[in-house]
Amino acid sequence: MNLALEQTSQSVDRTALIKRLNNALPSDALLTEHEELVPYECDGLSAYRTVPLLVVLPYTVEQVQAVMRICSEFSVPVVARGAGTGLSGGALPLSNGVLLSLARFNQILHIDQQNRTASVQPGVTNLAVSEAVAQLGLYYAPDPSSQIACSIGGNVAENAGGVHCLKYGLTLHNILSLEVILVTGERVTIGGQALDSPGYDLLALMTGSEGMLGIIVEVTVKLLPKPEIAKVVMGVFDEVEKAGDGVAAIIAAGIIPGGLEMMDNPAIRATEDFVHAGYPTQAAAILLCELDGTAQEVDSQIATVSELLKQKGAREIRLAQNENERLLFWSGRKNAFPAVGRISPDYYCIDGTIPRRHLGKVLGGITELSEQYDLRIANVFHAGDGNLHPLILYDSNHPGELERTEELGGKILELCIEVGGTITGEHGVGLEKINQMCIQFQKAELEQFHLVKAAFDPDALLNPGKAVPTLARCAEFGAMHVHNGELPFPELERF
Amino acid sequence: MCIMASCLSLSSNVFNFFVPDNDLAAKLSGVIQQANQSGEALRIVGGNTKAFYGRRCQGQALSTTEHSGVINYDPTELVITARSGTRLTELENVLAEQNQKLPFEPPHFGEAATLGGTIACGLSGPRRPYTGSARDLVLGIRCITGRGEHLQFGGQVIKNVAGYDVSRLMTGALGTLGLITEVSLKVLPKPETEITLQFAMEQQPAIDRMNELAGQPVPLSAACWYDGVMRLRLSGTEQGVRAAQQKVGGELNDEGDKFWMQLREQTLPFFENDAPLWRLSVPPATKVQELDENVLHDWGGAQRWLFSSEDPSKIRETVTQNDGHATCFRNHGDIDDVFHPIPEAIMQLHRNLKQSFDPKGILNPGRMYGDL
Repeated sequence: MNLALEQTSQSVDRTALIKRLNNALPSDALLTEHEELVPYECDGLSAYRTVPLLVVLPYTVEQVQAVMRICSEFSVPVVARGAGTGLSGGALPLSNGVLLSLARFNQILHIDQQNRTASVQPGVTNLAVSEAVAQLGLYYAPDPSSQIACSIGGNVAENAGGVHCLKYGLTLHNILSLEVILVTGERVTIGGQALDSPGYDLLALMTGSEGMLGIIVEVTVKLLPKPEIAKVVMGVFDEVEKAGDGVAAIIAAGIIPGGLEMMDNPAIRATEDFVHAGYPTQAAAILLCELDGTAQEVDSQIATVSELLKQKGAREIRLAQNENERLLFWSGRKNAFPAVGRISPDYYCIDGTIPRRHLGKVLGGITELSEQYDLRIANVFHAGDGNLHPLILYDSNHPGELERTEELGGKILELCIEVGGTITGEHGVGLEKINQMCIQFQKAELEQFHLVKAAFDPDALLNPGKAVPTLARCAEFGAMHVHNGELPFPELERF
Repeated sequence: MCIMASCLSLSSNVFNFFVPDNDLAAKLSGVIQQANQSGEALRIVGGNTKAFYGRRCQGQALSTTEHSGVINYDPTELVITARSGTRLTELENVLAEQNQKLPFEPPHFGEAATLGGTIACGLSGPRRPYTGSARDLVLGIRCITGRGEHLQFGGQVIKNVAGYDVSRLMTGALGTLGLITEVSLKVLPKPETEITLQFAMEQQPAIDRMNELAGQPVPLSAACWYDGVMRLRLSGTEQGVRAAQQKVGGELNDEGDKFWMQLREQTLPFFENDAPLWRLSVPPATKVQELDENVLHDWGGAQRWLFSSEDPSKIRETVTQNDGHATCFRNHGDIDDVFHPIPEAIMQLHRNLKQSFDPKGILNPGRMYGDL
């Protein structure tokens, strides 16, 4: 991918910058040697790598402020990084920019049991929040599958989801306030401790803004009571479409499951080999449906869901008999990515969202593309909210295969837009999907995004070049904007 | 104007609406483009049911009510899309036919209330702490900026992180950033069962109890206290609600639906008062304050309605000390700063954003803050 288009080109007086940063930071908070910088060259999307100009690892908010003031003065771009688990290249460094790691902000600052909130530093891992409040019967609901490693700051920057978002919402719905350092080094509070705050909803704007509007140094999250009980049923299907019909039937019956996940046959086989969750390896698809709530509520809903899945053609229904089996059922789904990593030297995860009614069409299109590009694809699907993760299997040692994979991924995203969906449900645009933004949005919309960024960061120093393409890039990419799901010349065959 | 149930086609899963031929977006864009050139201020008006809310603003009235109709609704996707002039009652009727509802239980404040006005004001009803606010449920928006450009943000799917979240930025912005033409909302099934329980109780114990229960796995969907009575609503499956009732206790209130509707619409006897009505938004467990003489606690304590002729700065000082904010919701008379003052650094971001969407400042100028 051409990374050069959006990068700011001015040269930086590196020596002078190091001198200034050295004055503002403890000696172990600034990395300057090549071998120290290399570990930061990529995030979870390891296909893209750039060694940053410098890395800073501040300990305090005041140090972050100082870094921002100095970088503003030197007009040096800054890329913020949490745990570096992001899958869209959002924390990919710039060769002429400072990488600002928030890894040392790893403290839970305050737990307010009565108001059911926790104030945490951005480098705290997602799971650590739930663990810290478990004894109070509370938890933090968003649970991206990387939750043991990913940080809350990164979750906010990407508006991370997880398997429970249909019922409990995304990061956006589960945070109350942010402490943010602006590009000028000024500290502001966005949102508040109440359920809403006066003025524009800057909290919504900051969430998912991929580090392009400010640096998050503290997050207040909402905590929810842990459901009394959770049970999971697995529906086994001979056809993927029937599993899709099962999902629609559950929702039509007025049930919102805590989790509703689908996997296709290649994904089932890869995970079964890995975690031995007892998945039926001959099935075309399985559906995992978790119901949570009070014991009475869950029992009545389990019965309804089982009956509905049978009606929609499930050849088998399995109810996890105990908590261990429930966790085993989930372990397959939660380990789908590493499982696929075992059967292929590399894999590339796509993150499109579609209106669920088009599932059959989209999966059909993905199969055709898979054959056309001669690359295997395993599909895992947050079925309840239409968020599809096709995993493209490839080998970066084969010349040209990564490029073919990227092109195939782009085609899948275009297919998602075509049916009225979106190019990213929860992983963010980052650098990875920046070309597809040219298809999802019109020129005037992209211009408005740039204006929004300029309202916070007029000199485009915060993570420049990510999330929103320049119009020059779109012209070069030659993209067609898809209007209301209709491509120009709809009569032409696309596959 | 019609698109009611009779227009639904049941031939497939998807409801094919005969979208009425009154797409006025181009016309509205034209008016705004012209105003952008002349610099004439515009006052966006839907059903005019919430004119009392916010600061007074001058300008040529621009009506959205003719730009109406449900555009897309598939109950199994849990998403509905409609034009901004669509009446809220119409939208709710379409949803009710499929046993679904708007989870944020928006107040109407009049029959003519429109979807656009509801989203622009960003107000939510008693269910808000438990199933989300207006902004939580907004999935996508089409809007016309102050430059007259008709833009689309977000989408019709539940998970979408492509681009900045402009749809939610528009929610509650009181039309100062753009004229909303179309909204996609997440909807939810109606609960199988709902009951209301009431308890004679003093103020502080009620606040404590509401927050204690909110921290437990109880299917709460509303919690309110006023005039010596705490009322709780439980929603869910029949068995789930009955089991929770056993746990929570209290006396069954047969007129629960009516009560929550009257609370939402501010038609309870409590609201018969000519003094300024303050909306205090505070952390829910905030202790009873000296001010709280004529007060009603909604949202489990997180939203408090207060009739008070007290000096606004005194009210705001108390609320600020409790990490909250205060809006003069009704009867503000000559109170100019209706919304809680915000710090200068945040106000500067507001001015920058206003400038980026509405460079000439023609859309609802001054409705939210004097500078916007």
